Amino acid sequence: MIKKGYYGHWGGAFIPEILHETFKELTSYFEEVKEDNSFWEEYLQIMSSYSCRPTPLTYAENLSNRFGGGRIYIKREDLNHTGAHKANNVMGQGLLVKRMGKKRVIAETGAGQHGVATATMAAKFGFDCTIYMGEEDVQRQRPNVFWMEKMGATVVPVTDGSRTLKDAINEAFRDWVTNMDSTHYVLGTVCGPHPFPEMVAWFQSIIGLEAREQILKSFGRLPARVYACVGGGSNAMGIFQGFLQDEQVALVGVEAGGKGLTSREHAARLAGSDASPGVAQGYKTMFLQDFDGQMLDTHSVAAGLDYIGVSPILSDLWEKGRVRFTAATDTEVMEALELTMRNEGIIPALESAHGFVQAFKEAADLDSDEAIIINMSGRGDKDIFTIANAYGDPSWKEFIIERAEQYRKG
Amino acid sequence: MPTLENKLRETLSQKQILLMTHLVLGYPSFEVNREVIRQMVENGVDLIELQIPFSEPVADGPMILKANQQSIAQGAKVEECLKFAEEVTAQFHIPFLFMTYYNILFKYGLEEFISRAYNINIKGFIIPDLPPEEGKEYLEQVKKRDLAPIQIFAPTSTLERMQLLAGNGAGFIYCVARRGVTGKKTDFGQDFDEYIRRCRNATSLPLAVGFGIRSKKDVDFLTGKADIAVIGTETIRLVDERGPQAVGPFIGGLR
Ligand SMILES: Cc1ncc(COP(=O)(O)O)c(C=O)c1O
Repeated sequence: MIKKGYYGHWGGAFIPEILHETFKELTSYFEEVKEDNSFWEEYLQIMSSYSCRPTPLTYAENLSNRFGGGRIYIKREDLNHTGAHKANNVMGQGLLVKRMGKKRVIAETGAGQHGVATATMAAKFGFDCTIYMGEEDVQRQRPNVFWMEKMGATVVPVTDGSRTLKDAINEAFRDWVTNMDSTHYVLGTVCGPHPFPEMVAWFQSIIGLEAREQILKSFGRLPARVYACVGGGSNAMGIFQGFLQDEQVALVGVEAGGKGLTSREHAARLAGSDASPGVAQGYKTMFLQDFDGQMLDTHSVAAGLDYIGVSPILSDLWEKGRVRFTAATDTEVMEALELTMRNEGIIPALESAHGFVQAFKEAADLDSDEAIIINMSGRGDKDIFTIANAYGDPSWKEFIIERAEQYRKG
Repeated sequence: MPTLENKLRETLSQKQILLMTHLVLGYPSFEVNREVIRQMVENGVDLIELQIPFSEPVADGPMILKANQQSIAQGAKVEECLKFAEEVTAQFHIPFLFMTYYNILFKYGLEEFISRAYNINIKGFIIPDLPPEEGKEYLEQVKKRDLAPIQIFAPTSTLERMQLLAGNGAGFIYCVARRGVTGKKTDFGQDFDEYIRRCRNATSLPLAVGFGIRSKKDVDFLTGKADIAVIGTETIRLVDERGPQAVGPFIGGLR
């Protein structure tokens, strides 16, 4: 018998006793809404009126012609309210929180997109909101910190460990074990203890449902390949679910190659060979860890991919050979970003640009009567400081220095 | 060899309440650990939790979290912790337990870890992120060797849940005194009395109470209610602030 919350032998719910009842309650509410059509209706309604669903599927004609192979389509999750697919999960969990009658939400965030989405949802639904964010990510995603605070959230910089996403998750759990009566933890990706992977995948499945319909309508047939970047795996699971049953559609997950797969400075769990099975943060998956089981420091230019673990659902699909995994380096990401901006006038988030890298590498292998879809999980505006810095843009630098001088004068 | 429970009951026939202390292996160093354990045992501690550091200690508060991370950063390895444990169990004749997170056992190899612990005379395990639902093989392996897979009760646990946990446990039950993580103060009020009554109703195993116990006053309060008082963060704080030699007098003054 397959145990609940397991995908092959990955997943589970490795939670401290203090949270047992909280998880029991959450699971039972989730089971209830899954069977309740009116809940999904309400979800679709709010996603179309408060966010921008269905998000378009854009034909990238210039890029397609440039590579001269498969036709490139981009699923525009950047056009969601708050600029990323994170809103799909957050609004869904927000509706669930209303049902549960809780008044406070907490969340971890890496890139800040999940934090911004949660702060937005909390403002709209009238919840108190605290966001945990690694200190390193606070620095590199500063604009998002500003917006979270403006929407009334408290942003707590986490100074422990590697000061990135995993440490923010630990801190959110520490808050939750203290305040579980009033508080729901809005986990931002398809990781963590059951029911989170299943629940987040369910809300994100809206991406794939739309994309499948859209590609059939605009291209007349299913895509040959679908590409998505993989941090925890929520945007990837979102779009992949639309095509899992179509065996002819190849599914490709792109992880953070950082400074290269042999550099030890990356976050490639499934594409590299540095990860091994482990149990941490409440679930069993492939983790970047040492011989003793201590988690390693990861690196990526994209804060949202800079994480030690990966969805148990994806570990299972990887093991079964259904999803292929590759990695994109920081340098390749900047190149793909520039190409996309110049040719299509579209600015992908650094995370999303990982998916573009692999699609660009493979597009020419396909015929022009085949299509590929890239899931553009979010927009790059949040990365303006990182991108400007990477390009060493002189006029931007001048602007920042001038502004700093003005602030200094008071 | 007497089981942990028998050993505790024997000690309980001479003392009103037992003291269990805790330390993080390798923090601030194995050398200081050695001295702290000596001071603890000489001042009457009845059993000791040796925490093998883990990089993601989610159930621990800031103090123990920092101790875990610093120990690892200084290069403490699981093998070193095991060797150290072997040394202290040979030297001091009180029960020692391993406290750690599941990944340490999982990565070592569950059966290998438990059998190694058995060979070095460890009496039981406290694994806060391994509920019985996920720990079938662990429970089997531990019980097969007559070791104690210590189960944890929380104030949020229902009576039914406590009964299920107790059925899977041995040695004693670790009752977490309040919500939250280690290291914060606990206010023992009326809710606590009701909680302890629920714990007693659920099991005949001895009850240990931990989280936020710092003073003689706390230990006095627990006397007659619980069987074991657990001192965790407080001795780490003491060693940080006043050095290992402050531990003896502190422990000596608790009962
Ligand atoms: C724009 C964007 N894409 C991707 C991710 C990675 O998360 P996931 O793999 O769960 O989609 C993030 C996470 O912060 C993000 O902000």
